[in-house]
Amino acid sequence: MSIFFDDLGCYGDRAALIGGAGELFTFGELVDNSSLIAASVPSRSFVFLVCQNHPVCVFAYVGFLRKRVVPLLLNYTISDGQLLRLIGVYLPSYIFIQRDRVSDFLGDYVEVGGFLGGYVLLCRRDGFCPLLYDELGLVLTTSGSTGSPRLVRLSYQNIQINTESIIDYLNITADERAITTMPMSYSYGLSIINTHLCAGGSIIMTDLTLMDRGFWNLFNEFLPTTFGGVPYIYEMLRKLRFGRMRLSGLRYLTQAGGHLSAELVGEFRDICAGKSIRFVVMYGQTEATARMSYLPFDKSYEKAGSIGIPIPNGQFKLEDEEGNIINSAESAGELVYYGPNVSLGYAEEMSDLAKEDENGGVLKTGDIAKRDSDGYYYIIGRKKRFLKIFGNRINLDEVDQILKNAGYDAITTGKDDQLKIFTTQNCEDKIKSLLTEQLKLNQSAFKIQLIKNIPRNDNGKILYNNLPE
Amino acid sequence: MSNLEKYNEVFIKSFEIESSQLEGDLKYQGVPNWDSVGHMSMVAALEDAFDVMLETEDIIDFSSYNKGKEILAKYGVEI
Repeated sequence: MSIFFDDLGCYGDRAALIGGAGELFTFGELVDNSSLIAASVPSRSFVFLVCQNHPVCVFAYVGFLRKRVVPLLLNYTISDGQLLRLIGVYLPSYIFIQRDRVSDFLGDYVEVGGFLGGYVLLCRRDGFCPLLYDELGLVLTTSGSTGSPRLVRLSYQNIQINTESIIDYLNITADERAITTMPMSYSYGLSIINTHLCAGGSIIMTDLTLMDRGFWNLFNEFLPTTFGGVPYIYEMLRKLRFGRMRLSGLRYLTQAGGHLSAELVGEFRDICAGKSIRFVVMYGQTEATARMSYLPFDKSYEKAGSIGIPIPNGQFKLEDEEGNIINSAESAGELVYYGPNVSLGYAEEMSDLAKEDENGGVLKTGDIAKRDSDGYYYIIGRKKRFLKIFGNRINLDEVDQILKNAGYDAITTGKDDQLKIFTTQNCEDKIKSLLTEQLKLNQSAFKIQLIKNIPRNDNGKILYNNLPE
Repeated sequence: MSNLEKYNEVFIKSFEIESSQLEGDLKYQGVPNWDSVGHMSMVAALEDAFDVMLETEDIIDFSSYNKGKEILAKYGVEI
């Protein structure tokens, strides 16, 4: 099937990307640079793309998609150890990575090309090439930070349809200019790049954070019309007194990647209304490419706290514990999404890359939700033990395993941006530094509480409800 | 507690560091915990400790331990 990446050349001399030093690349230049990077890589190769928010990484990404080379996007903050583990599991034929990361641990690979920004393309010495399913187009990680080998397999159709749906409901045009606030390897960050390229708009690519003077210098010089944010981005904007900032070019802001408190939603909705900025709350998962629902801007007061309605081409149903569809309003059940953007499935090992579609367009989100009588959905809890901390999805079972492997008697719970650790051992500092190191999260994410013993039932199952508040 | 002690304590607690790490002008992103999230909690802790409200410009210009002293001086906090 054809995908929008094939046609990007049609935007010609329009601006596509602006780099952190203010360098500008047109769509024509984007296409030329993309072809250059992908030139020596055969179609249907599997590639690791270790990316920063730098134009050259978008060149590589676009080049690979156009040539039907399948990239796994990894954030550059991944440790050498985690990268090496993933290479050992998936045996990619090529790796696109910053030259200064290349050292002995990449001994199975040889450099075949150098590009902008100090990036190089490495090719596997033994020429091995994993077998790929024909429709597999892109692979993303599920958890970013724990280095888990579990990946999400996306098809060309997934990317194409989800991009079109988002452009449709957000009404993205060639006049929009986004600035990055999240890694491009993260499905939400990537969806902003995809939609703006597809619509002929432009993107300012930077890894600087909102707390950096340089970010706001770029902002004031190149006047973005939009950016997206996970909850902690909005916490930062509040700290920076967003309401008092003069940001004349901004037209719309999106929020996704976790639950934003009702208080912050209300605050930003009001501030944005005063500045004629549309503030759109959305909901999604990497397993659905990116987006599943959005709250239409004109309903932001009436339906405050809602994740909104399904995106164009999508549908929600609620299921009870036996898997029966719940039809009545205001009844809670697991939120199940139906749509052509539901991923093909997971990959846990190399042979999974050859698998066909396992999901059939149906995704059990693991979130417990209810629907009001107007058809708006509200998340009220989680079935799976996942947290979203500072934009990173953290699987609590994996954290429990890390603690257990390190010899601690400890269990975890949590809500929003706070991971709570209950332990019977008095070694708070050691646990904090272990988790900071392993999960690559700021230490303020962790709250540790000493307890006498871990409450369990007769079968050894942990009784989370019996933990202290 | 002197203002300097209070100031140092905010850094040590927010970034989980030793006081010796403050010498030689510790900078933003100079230690793992002084990232954007850590910056936000450090600013909040300073605002509590000295009962001030920093302006946006001062929050994003707060790029190092020494720069922070200059910024707080503008709010009448001598360190």
